[in-house]
Amino acid sequence: MNEKFIAPGDGLAYRALGGETIIMSATDSTLFSLDEVGSLIWQGADGRTPLTEIVARICDHYDVTHEEARRDAEEFIAELAGRGLLVVSGQAILDTRTRVSGAL
Amino acid sequence: MDAERSLRQLDESSVHAPRGVTVEIGGVAIHLRPSRPDFDEVISKRYSGFLNSSAPAAYKFDILLQNPSQAPDADLRLLNCDPLWRLERGDFRAEWDSQSRRGWVRQAANPYSIDTVLRIVHSLILAEQGGFLLHASSLVRNGRAFLFAGISGAGKTTISRLAPPDAVLLTDEISYVRRTGTEYRAYGTPFAGELEKSGANVSAPVSAVYLLEKGSENRIGAVEPLAAARSLLRNILFFARDHDLVKRLFDSAVEFVSQVRVSRLVFTPDTRVWELIG
Repeated sequence: MNEKFIAPGDGLAYRALGGETIIMSATDSTLFSLDEVGSLIWQGADGRTPLTEIVARICDHYDVTHEEARRDAEEFIAELAGRGLLVVSGQAILDTRTRVSGAL
Repeated sequence: MDAERSLRQLDESSVHAPRGVTVEIGGVAIHLRPSRPDFDEVISKRYSGFLNSSAPAAYKFDILLQNPSQAPDADLRLLNCDPLWRLERGDFRAEWDSQSRRGWVRQAANPYSIDTVLRIVHSLILAEQGGFLLHASSLVRNGRAFLFAGISGAGKTTISRLAPPDAVLLTDEISYVRRTGTEYRAYGTPFAGELEKSGANVSAPVSAVYLLEKGSENRIGAVEPLAAARSLLRNILFFARDHDLVKRLFDSAVEFVSQVRVSRLVFTPDTRVWELIG
């Protein structure tokens, strides 16, 4: 299976709050919120952590098989990428400093 | 830059400021210098209670008066060419240099145009200081400020009218919130809503924020931090879509809800609702 890396999209502000995450598009002020599992994935969206490791973290926290966690994470990432909240790459994303504006 | 040149030209040749008026809102003193001395009186009347001639004005605004042009209901346009902000609406054209803290406005001789400009400039100044303007009424009771947020019709003015006599009105429309050290303070403003009455020029630490909802009974419900942040962000005045500004306001809002209690207040028009507040 090819490895994937994820990082926040451009022009986003985000913060962890009460175990969840709130994200705002600075372009149109649209707000998004992520639940605890989504927040766990978002925390791994640093451009350097392989998706395999993010999935392993999910399996450590929740009673779920690796296959289920991987499938759900892939669906979730695809949805966020479709909304411009995440960028996905087959290799590490090294220039996240210009993109990342939040603190987790 | 052309805008900068025009700013200097106005300052040096077009505007004569025999006196001017210093308006201090939220501890921010802005010296307004109209091109005609008789407009001092219009400003003084509009901002009665918020004048402070002895305050050192760190901010200065020249008002170039001209004949009325378009109606004020035209769209407001804001453009940021850092550090310069350009503000335009049918009834005025203005520039604000956030670095030199100087600005000018070209408008007709009415208090409404400069009022809008001041709201915008204060929101920009506040954003740099971890604060914001919020669609909320606010009152002080027993030395603590309570904010009541909601869209138009949510009950901001109603809850202010129901307040007990010992409560001091800061505003029934736009609350002025700034971080000072480790706490958030709410300040009185002259920006009035339906009450058409300026707030008192006082401030107090923010004790709580209530998200207003009209109902058939009085009750308070807890709001999770994330929902609180969403509600607060919906009620913060965003005049510009500038990325840096939006991010700054976002951070301020999230920081605020992590420190200040936010609850939902369902209320019926009855003074007893104030027994729940505090």
